[in-house]
Amino acid sequence: MNALRERLWGVAAYFRGNTKLLSGMSLILALVLFWLIGFLVVSPARSAPLAGLPSQLPSWQYPLGTDTHGRDLLAVIMMGTGFTLRIGFVAGAIGLGLGTILGFLSGYYGGLLDTVIKWTGDVLLTIPILAVLVVVAAMLAGTMSLNFMTLLVASLSWMLPTRAIRAQVLSMREQAYVQVARLSGMNHLEVIVKELMPNLLPYLAASFVVTSAGAVLALIGLEFLGLGPQDIPTLGMTIYWATSYAAILRGMWWWWAPPAVIIAVLFVGLFLVSAGLDEIVNPKLKRRGI
Amino acid sequence: MTINYVLKRLGFFVLVIWVATSLIFIVPRLSGRNPIVERMGQTAGAAGIISSEGLEEMVKVWEAKFGLNQPLGKQYLYYLRDMLRFDFGYSFAYYPAKVVDRLAGAVPWTIGLFGMATLISFLLGSLAGALLAWPRSPRFLQYLLPLFLTLSAVPYYLLGLVLLFLFAFTIRIFPLGGGYSVAAVPSLSFPFVLDILHHSVLPGLALVLGGIGMWALHMRGMMVIGREEDYITFAEAKGLGGKRIFFRYALRNILLPQVTSLALSLGIVISGAILVEVVFGYPGLGTLLLKAVSGFDYNLINGVVFIIIIIVAVGTLLLDLLYPLIDPRITYHRRMR
Repeated sequence: MNALRERLWGVAAYFRGNTKLLSGMSLILALVLFWLIGFLVVSPARSAPLAGLPSQLPSWQYPLGTDTHGRDLLAVIMMGTGFTLRIGFVAGAIGLGLGTILGFLSGYYGGLLDTVIKWTGDVLLTIPILAVLVVVAAMLAGTMSLNFMTLLVASLSWMLPTRAIRAQVLSMREQAYVQVARLSGMNHLEVIVKELMPNLLPYLAASFVVTSAGAVLALIGLEFLGLGPQDIPTLGMTIYWATSYAAILRGMWWWWAPPAVIIAVLFVGLFLVSAGLDEIVNPKLKRRGI
Repeated sequence: MTINYVLKRLGFFVLVIWVATSLIFIVPRLSGRNPIVERMGQTAGAAGIISSEGLEEMVKVWEAKFGLNQPLGKQYLYYLRDMLRFDFGYSFAYYPAKVVDRLAGAVPWTIGLFGMATLISFLLGSLAGALLAWPRSPRFLQYLLPLFLTLSAVPYYLLGLVLLFLFAFTIRIFPLGGGYSVAAVPSLSFPFVLDILHHSVLPGLALVLGGIGMWALHMRGMMVIGREEDYITFAEAKGLGGKRIFFRYALRNILLPQVTSLALSLGIVISGAILVEVVFGYPGLGTLLLKAVSGFDYNLINGVVFIIIIIVAVGTLLLDLLYPLIDPRITYHRRMR
């Protein structure tokens, strides 16, 4: 019990030292809370078209006003925040999972498999992924579900984690403790799970954040072109409707600004968390003041 | 520059274009759905036709027109051939215009905006980043970095929206959108060029503001290591001036990895530029893509996406070929051998 408390204190002390990680986590947590309050208090029906009068200014009844179709914009962005966070985490987790498997196969076993994985990754990294996604989304326009979009984006976001993990595995493979583990009779799987994985955890966390941010960026980009799901409110689609109905020129700031702020907070939060995790992964960075 | 390196890079270039083209052919077909059937059903439904009589025949005609009744392998080969010839067929939305002509009208705008903005943000950001890690550089840079880093985390098109709201709607000093004034007659005259510049300030600014932070951060990290190198100490010992050491010795050597990251980020930056164009209605590929998407102009979508892939691949190739030219060590190695 005491050991646990000491550990927790250690973690807390570390967080105090790593302000980037702390502030980034707080921003993300604030968004989660924002969604949670919306989930508990606001009924989803208010985010549907014709839920209220069209184009209302913010008031007590509609704290963020309504759009041209009468959607209650506070309800819209509360729900949209939830969907966006979900997409990011699910796509990030799938991308990281694929990346971890491929990175290990590539770095640990090497050989032809390594060459194929490395080249495929390098080629895909050179291709603007948004362009490929646009073609697919446009072919299936109007019938895309959130889950399908998430899977689609996740299937094209394994390249960076693969590259990062492959590099780490390559350098760890030759370390003495791995040699000892192998000589003491562990098989490959045991070496990977028991010896390599624990050492990789910070890298995995950093990769997860970067992959999630990339996935959200791609999805919001698609939504911004009007290619998001039509049946649920999302942040990107809200901005898409706002720009296609000239909300800026009509002075309807409450239509485009709140979703833009939420998206900005999310990306700044993810950026801070990844910068904070970089400090853990590479303590030299902090000494150099980067 | 060794011939081997150039050949390897050219091979990679061809591979990238082949994989990208194949992806945009295959992935939509993996869903096992027929967009023509669905599209026709929707159009018929929208026109108030409920019975599906005659619909199948129309679908067959369209499929024959697009070659969709051929075996998949054959379709793929035809597709590759057409793409390589830049033959994307007719645009539905702008019929009877050909897709190629629409693209030719849009590409210079995108390349101009994206190229200039990337160049400016890369140079400014790299210089600022290098100065940040250099002793005796202005203090105010230290305070600017967090601001620019925050801006670089935010997607370009959100910066575009805010700039549009602030400097075109609230304070009306820049136009609300488009590439040039509606009344202006396109020509190569001074007022028209000025008009174009006036229209590209805000979209360009969105890309520059969003880019500087990342370049500065990378560059600072490398300069911190670079300034400790022996050749810097040696140059100082020789009594060379500070400016000369900074530009010719420190900066030149750490510019190399910076160019690599520029090559790697081209795809992300151009995706951002495309979306910024949408915000401002700038007459480049982004606005064309939006029109194509909202009009379900499949040929046009294909064309725009293919051109974006080509632009990024060519840009990466050019940067990679530039690499040996700016690397002071390569000629050195050659002479040593």
